[in-house]
Amino acid sequence: MQEKFDFIVIGGGVVGSMIARWLSRYEASVLLIEKEADIGMGCSSANTAIVHAGYDPMPGSLKAKMNVRGNPMWDQLAGELNFAFERRGDYVVAIGDEEIPLVEKLMEQGKKNGVPGMIMLNGAEVRAREKNINPEVAGALWASTGGICDPFQVTVAAAENAVMNGVKVMLNTAFLGFITEGNRIIGVRTNHGDFLARWTINSAGMYSDDVMHKAGVRPEFLIKARRGEYFVFDRADIQIDNVLFPVPSSKGKGILVTTTVHGNTVVGPTGTVIDDKEDSSTSTEGLQELADGAKKLIPGLNLKYAIATFSGLRPMGNAPTKTPGLNYNADYIIEIPEDVQGFVNLGGIESPGLTSAPAIAEMVVDLLKDAGEPLVEKKDWDPIRPARPRFRDMTHKERQLLCEMDPRFGRVICRCENVTEGEIIAEVHAPIPAITYDAIKRRTWLGTGRCQGGFDMPRVVNILARELGISPTEVTKRGHGSEYLYRPTKEVED
Amino acid sequence: MLAKNIYDVVVIGSGPGGVAAAIAAKQAGADDVLVIERDVEPGGILVQCIHNGFGLTSLKEDLPGPGYAQYYLDQAKALGVEFLLDTMVLDVTSQRKLYLSSQEHGYVDLEARALVMAMGCRERTRAQIRIPGMRPNGVFTAGTAQRWVNVEGWMPGKKFVILGSGDIGMIMARRLTFEGAKVERVLEIQSYLSGLTRNYVQCLQDYDIPLQLNYTIKRIMGKNRVEAIEAVQVDQRWNFVPGTEEIIPCDTLLLSVGLIPENELSRKAGVILDPVTGGPFVDETFQTNVPGVFAAGNVVHVYDLVDWVTEAGFGAGKGAAKFALAQKAAEQRYTPVKAGRNVRYVVPHKLDKQTLEQEEVHLQMRVTKPIEEDVWIEVHGENNSIVRRSERYVRPGEMVTVVLRPAHYAEVCKAGTLTIDIYPKSEA
Amino acid sequence: MEERNLICTACPMGCRLVVKMEGDQVLQIAGNRCRRGESFGRQEAIAPQRMVASTVRVLNGFHPLLPVYTKGTVPKKKIAEVLAEIRKVQIAAPVANKTVIIKNILGTGVDVVASRDMPAKA
Repeated sequence: MQEKFDFIVIGGGVVGSMIARWLSRYEASVLLIEKEADIGMGCSSANTAIVHAGYDPMPGSLKAKMNVRGNPMWDQLAGELNFAFERRGDYVVAIGDEEIPLVEKLMEQGKKNGVPGMIMLNGAEVRAREKNINPEVAGALWASTGGICDPFQVTVAAAENAVMNGVKVMLNTAFLGFITEGNRIIGVRTNHGDFLARWTINSAGMYSDDVMHKAGVRPEFLIKARRGEYFVFDRADIQIDNVLFPVPSSKGKGILVTTTVHGNTVVGPTGTVIDDKEDSSTSTEGLQELADGAKKLIPGLNLKYAIATFSGLRPMGNAPTKTPGLNYNADYIIEIPEDVQGFVNLGGIESPGLTSAPAIAEMVVDLLKDAGEPLVEKKDWDPIRPARPRFRDMTHKERQLLCEMDPRFGRVICRCENVTEGEIIAEVHAPIPAITYDAIKRRTWLGTGRCQGGFDMPRVVNILARELGISPTEVTKRGHGSEYLYRPTKEVED
Repeated sequence: MLAKNIYDVVVIGSGPGGVAAAIAAKQAGADDVLVIERDVEPGGILVQCIHNGFGLTSLKEDLPGPGYAQYYLDQAKALGVEFLLDTMVLDVTSQRKLYLSSQEHGYVDLEARALVMAMGCRERTRAQIRIPGMRPNGVFTAGTAQRWVNVEGWMPGKKFVILGSGDIGMIMARRLTFEGAKVERVLEIQSYLSGLTRNYVQCLQDYDIPLQLNYTIKRIMGKNRVEAIEAVQVDQRWNFVPGTEEIIPCDTLLLSVGLIPENELSRKAGVILDPVTGGPFVDETFQTNVPGVFAAGNVVHVYDLVDWVTEAGFGAGKGAAKFALAQKAAEQRYTPVKAGRNVRYVVPHKLDKQTLEQEEVHLQMRVTKPIEEDVWIEVHGENNSIVRRSERYVRPGEMVTVVLRPAHYAEVCKAGTLTIDIYPKSEA
Repeated sequence: MEERNLICTACPMGCRLVVKMEGDQVLQIAGNRCRRGESFGRQEAIAPQRMVASTVRVLNGFHPLLPVYTKGTVPKKKIAEVLAEIRKVQIAAPVANKTVIIKNILGTGVDVVASRDMPAKA
């Protein structure tokens, strides 16, 4: 007997998790399948973490609509799901007078998109707000609705809230193909069995093209991987408190210098289109590009204070916009295709995908309602995902009480970021369990400081082994194939 | 909860620097000396340095790291040094207040009359030297691998490449070979050996492990686990020499590319660091710019032999004890003054006995309620009456004064606290 | 006649020695800057010796391994055998520092001893 659901969501990134969370509000059974060992391991955990104001997308596009609809939803979302979010506002900085017209054009575009709260600043005003800025600053666009968040926290919080409200999440579960009846999709095949559903939703990120092709939809749609590399700087050495964009170019929004909700300064991304959808390596050229780009905005930024680099892959699609009369070939696909039943298709959700995610989830629900789905609200839907204690953010008194409540919160495992054993254990046993080192790292921020895991790694491996009831040789960094330890030191030939 | 919340000398770190400081502090007369260690047992990095070469100069013996540590730990324990294990110091103020956390005691704070920072070093990471590639598992610092192999009892790989010809890297090359792993190559970006020649001979040459000077790593290959590294030759400016690339298959890359003194806590205490050493500015007693805060061992600068770390620890511990004892003496000069029967408050709240030796001290107070008859106003210690005078009445609206004179000094010294009572003569 | 190139490790200087040998007879040592270098070169050329440090398995110990070392040098050519002997050992905690773990290993006259106290598991 195959398991049957009302909805199956393919892909557990921020978009898939938001869709699952939005669907969890209704009397319906939902299954979310994710091919990696943890939720949000793709684009959702390797981006600039910006909640965009919305002046950048092409006016009239679906991208612009989703961005501007999504942006104001974040305050309520952050309150309900308890993730870090700050409405800092952002600057698009013009270096030299010749860049002012470009910035003014962005403001015009923003107004067309319906973005509130934007003003133009002159050079002196920008210098007053960011003392480290390039002295040749001529002015900037200030968009007060811009924000920053922890994108992984957002993803896991949405997924956890979905689970709390009855959604089933299966990790390590890869979509292999559709089960069809004529031109109706009635289920999916995975490496963990077949599942039936009345509706299947494609939110497979980098592989959304492969998924829709298997449904016979949009054979001309192709996703290319756009790689973005980043530098992360030591909190103690570099403190930029603002979100600074350069003027955009044909390659994209450019290399930002921005603060993060964790207090670090991040520089990036680059934007290189590559062939391999799995190649998230950092490159010498990419890192050099970052160094040059950063210096344009903040000349005093010294690379020697960088404590980490990372890179993320974004799905760049080639879908023409559905807006009549608009010439644009990289718009979002969010649709119920005409010639395939039981299928909601998404594709090409690159920047501003994070910002748009709640709006996209809302639109998917609207599309389903328009298609005649009787979505009945649950009486007991709980929108709140409770926050778990974060030792490092607590006052002395709060820490004392926390340790009295559970002494395991007294044992500090990550020295640089003050993450305790109690927190690690809580994540292992959370609604979306964290069972790899990287999963713990994404959730607690452990191992991201100066020593980059040098002190905590052997201890976390031991804790994971103990909590999961497995041998330390089975503990992995990011899923099967990334184990730490091979064998005991003393291998004895018997 | 801790038994005490103030110590003469607190040492952060139980490596060779910290333990030596604790020993010297005790020998110099400090009454309570506490060593706080974040690991489950004391000894610091020596616990995992199971090879010989420690103690040649200071103990005239060739000991392995744990043996060297044990020798001084035994001494420290015999002297009555206290240890807090599995405990992390989270914050230190310039007034030498410490905030610590452990499973056993929870989140607590304590004060030190003198503090010795002995936190040692951390290792330079892959991110700091920016080796391109994905982030597969199997890229470890040599120290982390050493902990696994020697203490936790696990092999973190089968086929290794080591970047850096520092001592830790070379020692691990031999250690891994001893335990059945294959070390393919040691790469060193400089044109000279980074560590001791003795280690080159006994760790690399003895086991035919090739060392390539003027080489570094261009790229790490592998997605989930290291699959190979791409080695490349460099010129004097560390630029890659095109055409010299070589892909070396392996499953583990160990980094032995430098130690960085770990001074996060020092910074929190307001200690100024020398950008060249990475450690605090210190004087010849190893005192930093913050009075009463000393530093010893690798946290000051990276040492070559542990024997010199011990020597530095002795110096810092002696200085710390001296500072602590002076602090204690200063504290003990003060006698608290308390309001007793019918007294609402007394000012001053404490007096310096040394002052009273030379001059009068006036105690001013107010009563809690009127007493409209003859009263005694008495200043006394726990067991002695020091001065007594009378008034015909006392009222809250009128301030009362008692004068202590140098003649009272001897009696005041016998008291721990001075208490002032005002009561009717009829009740005496 | 054979010429061997060795690095002297008697002190940190690391003089490059050239040892001229006939069979296992040392004819001449050059490159040393002191007497110790000469005797080192002689020993190293004929019968190099090394200290060996490793670990043995511990039963019921605070840690699963106890570090041990040879209390003296053993012939370099016997190192693999020494390690194999050490690998066979399993010892029960508690173990005291300097306890002899293997007496007179492989007839070298050198004992393998514990490098530290190893208490039993709490």
